Amino acid sequence: MNDPRLVVDASPHLKGAESTPRIMWSVVLSLLPVVGAAAWWFGPSALLVVLAATLGALLPERLLSRRGTLRDGSAAITGLLVGLTLPPGLPLWMAFVGGAFGIVAGKLVFGGLGQNVFNPALLGRAFLQAAFPVPMTTWPVRDGASWWSLCGDNFALPLMSASTADALTGATPLGRMKFERVPTDLPDLAFGAVGGSAGETAGVIILLCGVYLALRGHLNWRIPVAVLGTTALLTLPLHLLDPARYPSPQFMLFAGGLMLGAWFMATDMVTSPVTNLGAWIFGAGIGALVVVIRLWGGLAEGVMYAILLMNALVPFIDRATQPRVFGTRARVTS
Amino acid sequence: MENLLWILLSAMVVNNFTLALFLGLCPFMGVSARVGTALRMGMANVFVLTITSLCAWFLNSFVLPHAPYLRLISFIVVIASLVQIVEMVIKKVSPTLFRQLGIFLPLITTNCAILGLAIFQTNRGYDLLEGLFFALGAGLGLTLALVLMASIRETTELADVPDLAKGTALVLIVAGSLSLAFMGFAGLLST
Repeated sequence: MNDPRLVVDASPHLKGAESTPRIMWSVVLSLLPVVGAAAWWFGPSALLVVLAATLGALLPERLLSRRGTLRDGSAAITGLLVGLTLPPGLPLWMAFVGGAFGIVAGKLVFGGLGQNVFNPALLGRAFLQAAFPVPMTTWPVRDGASWWSLCGDNFALPLMSASTADALTGATPLGRMKFERVPTDLPDLAFGAVGGSAGETAGVIILLCGVYLALRGHLNWRIPVAVLGTTALLTLPLHLLDPARYPSPQFMLFAGGLMLGAWFMATDMVTSPVTNLGAWIFGAGIGALVVVIRLWGGLAEGVMYAILLMNALVPFIDRATQPRVFGTRARVTS
Repeated sequence: MENLLWILLSAMVVNNFTLALFLGLCPFMGVSARVGTALRMGMANVFVLTITSLCAWFLNSFVLPHAPYLRLISFIVVIASLVQIVEMVIKKVSPTLFRQLGIFLPLITTNCAILGLAIFQTNRGYDLLEGLFFALGAGLGLTLALVLMASIRETTELADVPDLAKGTALVLIVAGSLSLAFMGFAGLLST
């Protein structure tokens, strides 16, 4: 193709530089600051858990999928996201199982990238939450311990009970708010000096990474804006009515996994609606479900379930927001 | 009134018969390939569950106090035969409605969701109105699960599913994922 005078080629003729691997790897890159924040707050445990979950996602993708699918980076994102949503004191084999389950049951059985219904990372986490409820809700506290100390029994053998004797644990800000009605100071929440999953505590860093991705056009900004906006708008009147019972909107935004979920999981291109109107509906649905589950449900945190439930509704949203074909009156019915 | 709404929502979402209690799995797996069919199956379920609730209330109030050992057998026999009679009446009176619901009615009369509803209603001591709202909620919950499943199955039809997972295997995995997602409602409306 050195001589450009005559190029015979099938359409499309204008090609951008963007490709799936490029987008995926830039998402991986923008997750690295979040991993860094996790390591800063939780020490080597967080890095080990994220590494184990990532290996758990990459290995089955390499073994069971077609050759070369590792290179598109989507399995790496799934693994990183699973790892970031786990408590840092979790035994490593559980993290590995979570990553592997997410990839196998969440993606490979549907035929690989682009065909799955549920977000693989969240499915892996939901599986772990159902299978190992106690380790999944044991939140380590690192008051004054050296950076190098582990957060829990990370090296427990598979299927053996982990020793929890020497680990200091405490509640997450959401748990404290829900069960003891004690709010947490906003600066601690925003910068991550609280208990919680490895990568969900540093809300400001996640926000910055997400905004960077949105500016690059690698995620649909309407989804996180709708998620966060709905959550804040629904919480505000409740908080004004009864500040002791209902937390403030800024608490809801920065506590728990809402930031990570809104920017990195709800925006998964495969499992979110295609149209922009659909994206608004999808995001608003997630926000509303998060508020309902957090404030009135039996669980302290509901972001994971909210996103999974809305994932299940995506086929409907897509159908309902199908745009009119230009020049016709009625919608195309499938 | 608030109590009735509570019962309805609880049976529909929080304690969804299919996704939380794992009842009525046969229609959930079998008749969920198309959204239209799934919706009609759900409507037929609402119908039969409502009849079930009426029957269970009648039996509990007038028959079973005299013969408690007949509980299971009377539930099954009375509900199944009443649904068959209603089916015949519908066939005679409204052939259109029969074509919409008819083929599904015999399929669901012997479903575990039906017997489950009768037994739950008895154990929780619901009166007539509460039972009816419970049945309505359970039926709408089944419809919700069926329609969600059908819409997901329609989208996976074009997916490049590996041979290993084609058909029922994939349906079971999707059902499990949906059930995992519905776990988020656990504990809602419990106070």
